[in-house]
Amino acid sequence: MKEKISRRSFFKGGLAGTVAASVMKDGPAKAAHDFQGYPDAMGVIVDLTRCVGCRSCEAACNKEQKLPRPAEPFDDYSVFEHMEHGQKRRTDEAHYTVVNKYELPEIDHPLFRKIQCNHCNEPACLTSCFVNAYTKTPEGAVIYNPKVCVGCRTCMVACPFYIPAFRYSSAFHARIMKCIFCYDTRLKYGKPPACVEACPQEALTFGKRKEILDLAHHRIRENPGKYVDYVYGEHEVGGTSWMYLSSVPFDKLGMDMHLPREPILKFVKDFLAIVPMVLTIWPALFAGIHLLATRKDAMQQQRNDENGEG
Amino acid sequence: MLTRKHLAQAALTLAVGALLSWPGPGRTMDISDAPESIEIDSLSELYGPVAFDHLMHTDMVRCAECHHHTTGTGPASPFCGRCHEGTEEAETVACTDCHPAKRFYAEYLKTLENPELYHIDKPGLKGAYHLNCRGCHAKVGGPTGCQDCHEITKAGEKRFDTGTFAPPAAGRHRPADH
Repeated sequence: MKEKISRRSFFKGGLAGTVAASVMKDGPAKAAHDFQGYPDAMGVIVDLTRCVGCRSCEAACNKEQKLPRPAEPFDDYSVFEHMEHGQKRRTDEAHYTVVNKYELPEIDHPLFRKIQCNHCNEPACLTSCFVNAYTKTPEGAVIYNPKVCVGCRTCMVACPFYIPAFRYSSAFHARIMKCIFCYDTRLKYGKPPACVEACPQEALTFGKRKEILDLAHHRIRENPGKYVDYVYGEHEVGGTSWMYLSSVPFDKLGMDMHLPREPILKFVKDFLAIVPMVLTIWPALFAGIHLLATRKDAMQQQRNDENGEG
Repeated sequence: MLTRKHLAQAALTLAVGALLSWPGPGRTMDISDAPESIEIDSLSELYGPVAFDHLMHTDMVRCAECHHHTTGTGPASPFCGRCHEGTEEAETVACTDCHPAKRFYAEYLKTLENPELYHIDKPGLKGAYHLNCRGCHAKVGGPTGCQDCHEITKAGEKRFDTGTFAPPAAGRHRPADH
């Protein structure tokens, strides 16, 4: 037996569905927003008071990740003077991590800042990727799968730290290039990333994110006056696995102090939740309306044809 | 066969030996016990060993500057003194016995989860050497360049793409545009 659905009840149902979906969208959004990161996620504290700009981390990363040979030796410190478009060095397809030098008038020695992927708890790159090329692993790494990537580069726009780079140099093997926390060669096996192991000054402290966060606050407490009382990355964009300690305000070292405390995901989730709805309901809805609106004409046409024939 | 005399002699020798070797209460290490030089080589791979002139450094700084509370001379920092003031000479004074070479490997990280542990921020061996040595050198004007203390090895040149492994185009790439 076939149940008959009237045109009216069909529209009523469709409308109710749309309303229900838009009202309910707060539910799942809130649940996801409370995500505090995986409990056993690893992390790194970058202590900028310790970094001496030796570039050992860059060299170790280059070898571990089998990146292209550098243009200059890793013990060439003139690279700190390289500027591109008025900006200091950035991560690119041949460098997952770079160290930059900052000379502040109030301090008698230069300061150095290492940059790499910060491995956000709720990564914007991952959220923005419509083919799910990114994964946040329980170990804390944000990894990338080039096999499904379509090369849209939305992640590069989405990243609040401007980290993912694109391999423009290869037309056939174009892909995103970014730090993966040495996930598949080291992190997975309980080893620290190559840069951490290479750092002579122990400017990089690796451990469970929860524990090294304690350690960072402990270090601030035990060395009064040495550090700015702030752990960069503890709350930025929902928290990051890589965090920073500094003796000077972070914005003096080119770090963005205006990032929201909420994950970037939160700002787009409401919108993104509507997208599938729009894609599934709207075509049916408007096709229906179109058919209705033109039905009279179609019937008239049919009648005319029948009359013409008869 | 052992006679009573032999036994008595042996007992006396043992007793005297034990008495001589007993450190006594609150013993502190004497500077004359310290070695003149030490070759620091347990971590050498990318850089060769460091020929450390121990004697020269004992003239310049207190033992506690490097050995903390382990030499029994009282720690250099008042923070350490909160617990370690007046503690005796420790069983070992070698850096390697407290600072782990594999500071960030899972086995050691596990030990840091002990909630009663205060020293959650003890540097690993490489960190301890560089933070202490280079840190002091920077303050007092000692040598601070990598190769001032240890020479780069072949493996090091390979890692850093330098020396015999230097990129051919080195030095003529990307002129600074500022």
